[in-house]
Amino acid sequence: MKRKVTFPHFGDYCIPLEFLVTRGLEMDYVTPPPMTKRTLELGAKYSPDYVCAPFKYNLGSYIEAIECGADMLVQTGGACRLGYYGELHEQILRDLGYRFDFVNLARADYSKPYTLLAEFKKVNPDFSVAKVAAALLSAVKMAECMDRVDDYVRRNIGFEVENGSFEAEKQRFLSDLRRCETKKDVTAAFQQCMDNMKAIPTEKPKKPIKVAIVGEYYTIMDPFSNHNIEREMAKMGMVIERWMNLSNSMFHYPEKEIARKIRGYSKYNMGATSMATIDVALTCAKKGYDGIIHVKSFGCTPEMDSIPVLQNISSDYKIPILYFSFDSQTGDTGIQTRLEAFYDMIVMRKRA
Amino acid sequence: MKKKAYLGIDIGSISTKGVVIDGGRRIVASEYLWTEGNPIEASKRLIGILAGKIKDTGCEVVSVGTTGSARKLIGVITGAAVVKNEITAHAVGTITTYPDVRTIFEIGGQDSKIILIEDGIVADYAMNTLCAAGTGSFLSSQAARLGVAVEEFGNIALKSANPTPIAARCTVFAESDLVHKAQIGHSKEDIIAGLCKAVVLNYLNNVGKGKKIHPPIVFQGGVSKNVGVVKAFEDATGYPVIVDKNGHLTGAFGAAILAMKSGKEKAFDFSVADTDFRTKGVTCGLCANNCEIICVYQESSLIDAWGNKCERGAIQTKRQFAGVR
Repeated sequence: MKRKVTFPHFGDYCIPLEFLVTRGLEMDYVTPPPMTKRTLELGAKYSPDYVCAPFKYNLGSYIEAIECGADMLVQTGGACRLGYYGELHEQILRDLGYRFDFVNLARADYSKPYTLLAEFKKVNPDFSVAKVAAALLSAVKMAECMDRVDDYVRRNIGFEVENGSFEAEKQRFLSDLRRCETKKDVTAAFQQCMDNMKAIPTEKPKKPIKVAIVGEYYTIMDPFSNHNIEREMAKMGMVIERWMNLSNSMFHYPEKEIARKIRGYSKYNMGATSMATIDVALTCAKKGYDGIIHVKSFGCTPEMDSIPVLQNISSDYKIPILYFSFDSQTGDTGIQTRLEAFYDMIVMRKRA
Repeated sequence: MKKKAYLGIDIGSISTKGVVIDGGRRIVASEYLWTEGNPIEASKRLIGILAGKIKDTGCEVVSVGTTGSARKLIGVITGAAVVKNEITAHAVGTITTYPDVRTIFEIGGQDSKIILIEDGIVADYAMNTLCAAGTGSFLSSQAARLGVAVEEFGNIALKSANPTPIAARCTVFAESDLVHKAQIGHSKEDIIAGLCKAVVLNYLNNVGKGKKIHPPIVFQGGVSKNVGVVKAFEDATGYPVIVDKNGHLTGAFGAAILAMKSGKEKAFDFSVADTDFRTKGVTCGLCANNCEIICVYQESSLIDAWGNKCERGAIQTKRQFAGVR
């Protein structure tokens, strides 16, 4: 029987993952259902209370994927507690009585892609290295293109003349991506999408409000876990800049350069995304951005450690920073109030 | 010719406040009452009372601003020109009265915030996040436990020379600490003074975390009426703390000023006080998010709806509404 592979839901990145699994490993792939309150409820119910929210989202997503027929779960691991989460997820799901195979990529070294091969072998012992390599290249290209499309959307969606035009174009691009066969197709779809987006009418002021969003890996990239904060901000009419995404953090992470740039503020690597958070905040502060929004899941230690550094940047460069810590709460009102006040504050400061 | 006036309403979780100001930003009428879990009724009562108070002043309300946690709901009902978050409203209200203010402490029923001002504009702010420790509702539940009216709290606290240390981090810890201290024989004055201190420490550590506090400091919100907390703030910061006699109205005052500045004018019809408004929550049910959509009805027609996370749950007309389970 052909095994059905799944990854936990993570923004739109299920598309390149699906490509990698179906084309490279030649296995079936189950895309977990879009995340909803139910995903979170399931995850929170079976997770330790004090674990960070991404763990809960992942767990809920696994359960929903299993319900859709997945029987081979993959955990990606990461540079913080997440490295241990795979083991814990597997144990919890086994205790719940589910039957599945579990592949924990935390055992591989992401900076050396060939170490992933040993893990892929567990998924499909007969896989062809050439096919996986080719699919991996296309999947990486997909992720890069998606990230560049998102960068463009974030900078412009707040000023679209017709509501929803950027979102519609992005969805069209994503469905094109799902049909891509080769890297060339991906590039063509991307080019088409960029051309279409450049043709979307916008009304952008000469000096728009510019806000950077920084913070923890999962929460910043997954719109469901950050209550769609980018969309809410964009709706107020600002340019949103986010460096953190899959391609920048995984394939183009300039670790040494970052360490050098932020030395005046942080001498040590505090783990996970903390260095990138500080670097982006500092860069944007120097460039004269109007504000910074910091997001993390409640209890995320690396990002907690970067907050005092951000406070120093904030007072040195006189740039306001708004901090959000998300857990499994689902009310949006508090977030809305803080965002509105942040926007008002920026407008008042700009006027003065 | 009637004088133009502006109405600001601040609908909080515990209390609802309203002020009417004239073009010179002077308060013509004000009212303060309990929300009692029913923001619509509270606002209607408030509007009715204010209508009576301004009847003979020759003022005509031409614009409305709402703030506070029910600002959106009441904004729809009153057809408000401005619906503003409470941070901005408080800042605007305070800066109007105290142009030199540098720091605003605000402790309300459910939340607390700090606003830092530089050169008359908001430079930074923070709000309490995941818990309501150290807010008004915590103090009133502890007052009930000690058998003291919350209004008396401050004066009793001032009598203590030796406040009992009470764990300030979290309401649950504070409450069990308080019980233990009472059982081993600490006097009521000392415990109450200790509680006031705990509220202040909690506030400065959680809400004011990492912020530099400069005088002049203005303290507002329901808890500012508690002289014990005011004293604890003065001790902790080393600066005098200003409490305005109209401090509880600042949010409403700010909302009225924002309404005035908006330039959107339309005679306000006080008959909303007698109009029937209802809300109904419906579950969208089109996906597992099960968004709770709030529909607002005036008499029997739907005037607004919100609460949907995506377009599928959007309700614009009655016909679409029929399609939602």
